[in-house]
Amino acid sequence: MMTGAQALAKGLEEHNVDIIFGYPGATIAPFYNELAKNRDKITHILVREEQNAAHMASGYARVSGEVGVCVVTSGPGATNLITGIATAYMDSIPIVAITGQVPKDQLGRDVFQEIDITGACAPFIKHSYLVKEASDIPRIMREAFYIASTGRPGPVLIDVPSDVQNQTFKYTDPGRVNIRGYKPTTQGNPKQISKVAKQICAAKRPLICAGGGVFGANAAAELRKLSRKGNIPVVTTMMGLSTLPTDDPLNVGMIGMHGHKPANYALNHADVLIIVGARVGDRAVQAPGKVEETTVTIHIDIDPAEIGKNMSATIPLVGDVRHILKKLVDEEINPDSEYWVSELRQMVREDRAKEIPPREGTIGPKGFMRKLGAQLDEDAYVVADVGQNQIWAGKYISVRKGRFLTSGGLGTMGYSLPAAIGVKFAYPDKQTICVCGDGSFQMSMNELSTMVENGKDIKIVLFNNNKLGMVNELQKKGYSEGPFGVQMPGIPDFCKLADAFGIKSRRISDESEIDDAIKEMLSTEGGFILECVIDPDESTMAQ
Amino acid sequence: MKQLISVLVENQSGVLSKISGLFARRGFNIDSLAVGVTEDKTVSRITMLADSGNSVAEQMEKQLNKLVPVIKVRTFEENEVVSKELALIKVSATNKNRGEIRDIVDMMHTRIIDMSTSTVTIEICDSPEKIDILQDMMRPFGIKEVARTGVVSLQKGSLNI
Ligand SMILES: Cc1ncc(C[n+]2csc(CCOP(=O)(O)OP(=O)(O)O)c2C)c(N)n1
Repeated sequence: MMTGAQALAKGLEEHNVDIIFGYPGATIAPFYNELAKNRDKITHILVREEQNAAHMASGYARVSGEVGVCVVTSGPGATNLITGIATAYMDSIPIVAITGQVPKDQLGRDVFQEIDITGACAPFIKHSYLVKEASDIPRIMREAFYIASTGRPGPVLIDVPSDVQNQTFKYTDPGRVNIRGYKPTTQGNPKQISKVAKQICAAKRPLICAGGGVFGANAAAELRKLSRKGNIPVVTTMMGLSTLPTDDPLNVGMIGMHGHKPANYALNHADVLIIVGARVGDRAVQAPGKVEETTVTIHIDIDPAEIGKNMSATIPLVGDVRHILKKLVDEEINPDSEYWVSELRQMVREDRAKEIPPREGTIGPKGFMRKLGAQLDEDAYVVADVGQNQIWAGKYISVRKGRFLTSGGLGTMGYSLPAAIGVKFAYPDKQTICVCGDGSFQMSMNELSTMVENGKDIKIVLFNNNKLGMVNELQKKGYSEGPFGVQMPGIPDFCKLADAFGIKSRRISDESEIDDAIKEMLSTEGGFILECVIDPDESTMAQ
Repeated sequence: MKQLISVLVENQSGVLSKISGLFARRGFNIDSLAVGVTEDKTVSRITMLADSGNSVAEQMEKQLNKLVPVIKVRTFEENEVVSKELALIKVSATNKNRGEIRDIVDMMHTRIIDMSTSTVTIEICDSPEKIDILQDMMRPFGIKEVARTGVVSLQKGSLNI
């Protein structure tokens, strides 16, 4: 015999889960009791607010390639989790969330801490379960991990009433997952693949556009191979940043509203565009109608619904990106792209060589990012928050073998610190940088406590402009009343705050200090906050 | 051009709300929707009639396919399927015009299933267009209530979805 709670724990063990981010409460107490019994096998990380449990699971999942797991109680615990689930959904990150629920016979009566969480999450979750019988749990656990991690990855929720956690049943092995309504296409159609290869060969100005789906499929290496083999330049979306090193000769940079000029030029002038694992969102491609008019578009994605949604595709190619790229590399790929490549390279060189004018009495964020990139470990992880800081980090930190992570789809402020903590749990020894604004930092700074408690030496670069900079910029540009509701005169002294949490910090406001401060941050043991005082009117727009 | 979308889904609670929620948030409009269990008790068939144009219908089909409890989706043109809808129409009637109503009912090969001193209730099982015609014909008498089931349909011939 087995209880529902034991079945949940067994399900975790089966999927080699050794860490779970969570926050307890009454309706999840039976499962916590089971977690306590399994403490040697599964580490429970107590977060400081439930949203961050999902973000930590997300950061963990993104770099480990495994499913991230979080657990919270019903009602407010579950509703707090919602933004985290939506964030993971928009970026296609595999996480499994377990929520407690009120006892089965009380469902639908609005009892204490009852919330229809499966209903609330329906629009932004890959799949969810409301468990009615403990004996279903073994099957549901297998399905949940399978659904989260296969096809287009995404979050899956398992809502378990407390009495179902306590219910006993006779365990039988549920066997292999077999869901008749869920059979993702993974193999690309070979005919389409040859057609794509031919199309690329005929191109004069071929261009690969890499999105977050390249990481979702663990296909960055294959993408680089294709680019090199065919001498095909690459642009990335924000989610696709770090698919290839910043200074790779074929990397033209990030496209979009806040992207690099050469990248947007390339997008608008390519004759064959190969979109890989990108949904052609409005921030990345502002006028998809214009691009599709003049360009042969090849769209490679695991999710058929992405193809033709925002831009029509001349050749749709559905399947696992890694599998398809591997097959493509085996084809003959030899477009005559020499002229196009040298044209773009020249543009990139000029763009990068542009002087970033120094600032007086404040830190210029763009120049700072360049200097930061230069001092980072080759394989450092950079987690950027949302706002101006995100744009600067994405655009000016050069990445070599590391990764750039951010909440690209939902743009969730407060993502960076918890996600960086998740990253650190996956790779304790890798240098992990969290870049954030003063607004976003204050959204999740409670997790400093989780960070310190677990000895995670995350280096936090905090841009202090006393403002919600991105919105300030938007209002200044486009609204009659100018900035409103974006000032934060009551901002705390972040260095004192660091002190309160027992970590080191430094505040700089003069550019002459940058290199030394970065060095100090990176060489100090433990967590660190490097607060950079920046000009509140600094703009993100291309200079 | 109207599309008929036939969807086979797991016969579980919550599935219909997942589908209607999907339609609402993606701005897909549907004219009618009918649900019922199939020959396999674990599977329900949802039949929807939509007037949406091809590219929207394609997105609808793809988005429906993404829902885990959705087993199969097919979009049909109207001429590929046989379709029927059932409607009950309650009409005001007096001794004077009851005969006239009956004539129309006969002409449309349908029937009266209930009556009172002041009403008749007509049953019609036909294509949505025919039902529309009957409704138009009855309007002058005064329609008191209409209940329509929404179209159900199956592919013509021996094919199935
Ligand atoms: C949770 C959340 N609330 C609001 C927003 C809207 N928003 C986008 S950027 C931004 C300002 C961010 O300010 P800060 O973190 O200080 O960064 P900065 O732009 O100054 O670098 C806001 C409020 C958001 N993206 N996420």
